[in-house]
Amino acid sequence: MRYIEPHAHMVSRTTDDYERMALAGCEAVCEPAFWAGFDRSSPAGFFDYFSQLTEHEPKRAAKFGLKHFCWLCINSKEAEDVKLAEEVIALIPQFIKSKNVLGIGEIGLNKNSRNELRVLEMQVDLAAKYNQLILVHTPHLEDKLKGTRLILDVLKNDKRIQPERVIIDHVEEHTVEMVLDCGMWAGMTLYPETKCTPARAIDILETYGSEKIWMNSACDWGMSDPLAVPKTALEMKKRGHLAKAIEKIIFQNPKNFLRQSPNFKL
Amino acid sequence: MTKQQVLDLYFLDARHKLIEIAAFLDRAERATGKEDFRLKNFRSALARLDGKKKNRAKNVLLAFSDQTTKPIAKAAGKGAVGAYSKTK
Repeated sequence: MRYIEPHAHMVSRTTDDYERMALAGCEAVCEPAFWAGFDRSSPAGFFDYFSQLTEHEPKRAAKFGLKHFCWLCINSKEAEDVKLAEEVIALIPQFIKSKNVLGIGEIGLNKNSRNELRVLEMQVDLAAKYNQLILVHTPHLEDKLKGTRLILDVLKNDKRIQPERVIIDHVEEHTVEMVLDCGMWAGMTLYPETKCTPARAIDILETYGSEKIWMNSACDWGMSDPLAVPKTALEMKKRGHLAKAIEKIIFQNPKNFLRQSPNFKL
Repeated sequence: MTKQQVLDLYFLDARHKLIEIAAFLDRAERATGKEDFRLKNFRSALARLDGKKKNRAKNVLLAFSDQTTKPIAKAAGKGAVGAYSKTK
């Protein structure tokens, strides 16, 4: 079954993972800019990372017939240093011209601090100025509820932002409804422990419907599974979901959101 | 799905997880030293499974969540522990 992996950090994965994803039916992988597991020491570190995302990673993916797209930003874990963030944000416009860039992301909050919020506002402004799609990371665990509320307030208060051009990622049972109610898209991340399991993700679909929602593996250097999306598709099948309904979630929905960017072509 | 189908697909998995929770609570009780806010949060979340209340998953997540509304002054670190305490 064909699918799109709308959120994966492939710079942290092996070439074997690209092969397994292609064998499982993946047609395109979308890679938001994120935290490397350590703080970069200067804007030059981000320049190199953005070059990796826009020039080098698409070539790795292409070896397995996969399209590779990316999102650019400074992530919220490195947003406490506002001066660094300003310098990194100033680098982004030159990379937006690259043909695999979908928008600004994954921006958002981590610990819900004032500086993180300031940097979020700066990057929402950048997206608005350059008419870019927005992909938002919501905080982990105990910080998610508060962070999601703060993020939605920032986005709703900026009248330039069209809700249907924003995806709020890592939703769970306590945040999905408020996201969908705002007219934004919701992303469910399939993690073994800290986010949604396949069973819970399908529960959310059965409860809140399958409009403006997708699921992703967000596979990275931590505990995660690059095949989480096709495994959840299999679980949907076990629960009696029809092939057409499964394809809507794992292929058509991400395609419908992402094709709002002129760069998203399969 | 019918209730029978849900039970056929998920009962053993849920039973296994429930026993793991019971064993975790026994283990924490046997251990020496003081407990912290995480166990208090955990017990509060467990109470939300009881009875005929709906939206149990949502309510458990809410039990572990920071329910305040204002941004904090500065992020002291990057990680999350899974439970909230005003004084942690």
